[in-house]
Amino acid sequence: MNVTERINETGLRGSGAVSKTYAIVLLFLALRAAGNSSMAWGMKQVPEKMAMNPALYLRAALNPFVALGIAALILALLARMALFSLADLTFVLPVTAIGYVVAVLIGKVFLHETVSHQRWLGTLLIFAGAVLVGSTSRNTTSPGTTAEDDPL
Amino acid sequence: MRWLLVAAMVFSTVLSDMLQSYEMKRAGEQSVTARGLRRLLQVIAGRRLLILAIVCNALSFFSFMALLQSEPLSFAVPASSASFVVETVLAKFVLHERLGARRTAGALAVLAGVVLVGG
Repeated sequence: MNVTERINETGLRGSGAVSKTYAIVLLFLALRAAGNSSMAWGMKQVPEKMAMNPALYLRAALNPFVALGIAALILALLARMALFSLADLTFVLPVTAIGYVVAVLIGKVFLHETVSHQRWLGTLLIFAGAVLVGSTSRNTTSPGTTAEDDPL
Repeated sequence: MRWLLVAAMVFSTVLSDMLQSYEMKRAGEQSVTARGLRRLLQVIAGRRLLILAIVCNALSFFSFMALLQSEPLSFAVPASSASFVVETVLAKFVLHERLGARRTAGALAVLAGVVLVGG
């Protein structure tokens, strides 16, 4: 394989891994939003107030919406673990914090909740921070990878 | 009791994420297709530290739920963001990740945002 072919192959593999990373981020966010919404909906139908008693949690899990929510959250956990195989912890944490933005938007659009100015400002900061982190190199610890900005 | 729960939640979250990040990078690139998830489950089953990470994740979840029983969400959410700070520092010094100016600025913006959303 000549140098040009090798560079092309590395580039394609690199861009493929980047798209895969963002695809898993989107999947994680969708699963967590669906899981939390389903859990919240199901928990409203559970009569008992939850406490430190595990039996109450097990009984709550029999509700179909709670069960669906738990399944979605388990899949979200697996997607996040796959994400850790592709990207740094300091990349994954801020980028997946977009989940807070999704939660505020779901609350506003579907549940017609009132969102204060402070919460909108927080949402904007999370979004801006996540975009900023998302523009950096996703993996700075694997051999042969470099940070796109000056390391501190 | 409230600070004990916050400490339990932050400690278990940090330990869970650090272990997951460390072990998953060692395990190599994973995917979320049906075959990829099957392989991922095999990876988890074969690595004790990943099982410990999942146990810590569950502890973190129950500590958060217990905190919500006695404290308002406006306290619990900003308090949980303490793990974000600890994990970022540990990622630099323990996992040897290179933060860079842009990533540090972004992480600080996210942290401020989480505190405002929860407050």
